[in-house]
Amino acid sequence: MRRVPPALAVILVIVALAVTWELVKLIFNLDKRTLPHLWEIAAAFAEPSRRNGPPLINVLIEAALYTLRGALLGFFIGAALGFVLGTLFAHFPLLERSLVPYVVASQTVPILAIAPMVVIWLRGSWWSVPVIAAYLTFFPVTINTLRGMRSPDPRAVELMRSYAASTWQTLWKLRFPSALPAIFTALKIAATSSVVGAIIAELPSGIQQGLGGAILNFNQYYITGPERLWAAIAMAALVGILLFVTVSAVERIVLRNIVRSA
Amino acid sequence: MQPVVSLKNVNKIFGPASRPTTVALKDINLEIGPREFVSLIGPSGCGKSTLLRTIGDLIEASSGEVTVNGKSAHQARINREYGMVFQAPVLFEWRTVLKNVELPLEIMGVPKAERTQRGRAMLKLVELQNFERHYPWQLSGGMQQRVAIARALAFRPELLLMDEPFGALDEITRERMNAELLRIWQETQTTVVFVTHSIPEAVFLSTRVVVMSARPGRISDIIPIDLPYPRNVETREHPRFFELVTIVREALRKGEEMRES
Repeated sequence: MRRVPPALAVILVIVALAVTWELVKLIFNLDKRTLPHLWEIAAAFAEPSRRNGPPLINVLIEAALYTLRGALLGFFIGAALGFVLGTLFAHFPLLERSLVPYVVASQTVPILAIAPMVVIWLRGSWWSVPVIAAYLTFFPVTINTLRGMRSPDPRAVELMRSYAASTWQTLWKLRFPSALPAIFTALKIAATSSVVGAIIAELPSGIQQGLGGAILNFNQYYITGPERLWAAIAMAALVGILLFVTVSAVERIVLRNIVRSA
Repeated sequence: MQPVVSLKNVNKIFGPASRPTTVALKDINLEIGPREFVSLIGPSGCGKSTLLRTIGDLIEASSGEVTVNGKSAHQARINREYGMVFQAPVLFEWRTVLKNVELPLEIMGVPKAERTQRGRAMLKLVELQNFERHYPWQLSGGMQQRVAIARALAFRPELLLMDEPFGALDEITRERMNAELLRIWQETQTTVVFVTHSIPEAVFLSTRVVVMSARPGRISDIIPIDLPYPRNVETREHPRFFELVTIVREALRKGEEMRES
């Protein structure tokens, strides 16, 4: 079979999704409130968000940039925390055995329950946004760093031992490079969940400027303009995709020389 | 002359002291002199790899004395007195061939310029000077193993420990690598301890072949190899070569029979 160019594949999938959307709407005879037409959502971007206001797309881009800032900061804090925790766990089995259960438990608590408390602890400051985003991102990075740091061939570890390499040298010259593929997998998951975390965090914080605020606001006016909420959701998805694609691009550059033969 | 490797009454027992499960090595006594090429041969489970790892302080002996250049095996490892080659090349796939050879030098804190120079010289020694920018996956199995040998020799250790280094290669590549290793051994004047389960390989390469038998792992015979140098393709067709192969084979069989009786 001939290979389909990736760009074409992406377009094909989008077209297929759009056709499915409109078919579902047609077959089940759904009204505008249940499922607006795609072109109605697209048109909403250009229309003013409120009377005499700027076009919706300007408002949403501004909101997206605001949310992106919190999500990015949360992503970096969570990734750094996850990396440090994963590295510590990989080197100290006692620490791993005593702390990993709590790390896992932290993720079983619904973020919706935690978010209001974080907001209260941080006295409603903007910092609750990156903190909650970090809360969602540190977990996959911790687990995959731990797994990746333990992944080297035992003979490679013996080789380092035969050179009388220090723990630190073994970490940077062997364990860290071996862990990179697993770490990047986690970073891709963390990239999308950091946006979710930032949006959720904006709600109890009463932050209006972000996508969370926009979603809440358009939710209230859903009856009169459902396509505006759909537009806000599309923008939120776009931010998540943007972060994901960025991490993937960095991954491709960093891992360009690594070809896994196994 | 001081031996490079000296083993006195070495025992290795796996499992807890209260309930020993396997006697991997029993009463091993062996001295290996400078510039010797000693092969350890025996059936699987005879402890030949364990013995090699004990010399390299990758495993600690349960009792007895292991010394390398007159020091404890542990001190010798800390002093970086031996290079190690495994059955698999164990190259770091994110490093180029040259960077792989430089790895031990990097760990030892050798300055960059000297590292590169030494790395290149080693690649020339194994005849891979045109591949320094390649990545491991771009090389064949035999070439990868040559990189591993270059890496082991990069810091000029006096002792080279090799654990079935050509075990994963096909017969033709293996014979070529044997000749290559012999040339490198003579050029570098290193002492080699070589684990194998191929009789012709052991006879072709060694100054002495140490025959081991299993359960418990022990030395059952030591056979000096008096084949003349230089050894090459013709050596393998020499009548004395076949005689020695037979002697080693019989020694291996006798070791097995001793266990059964």
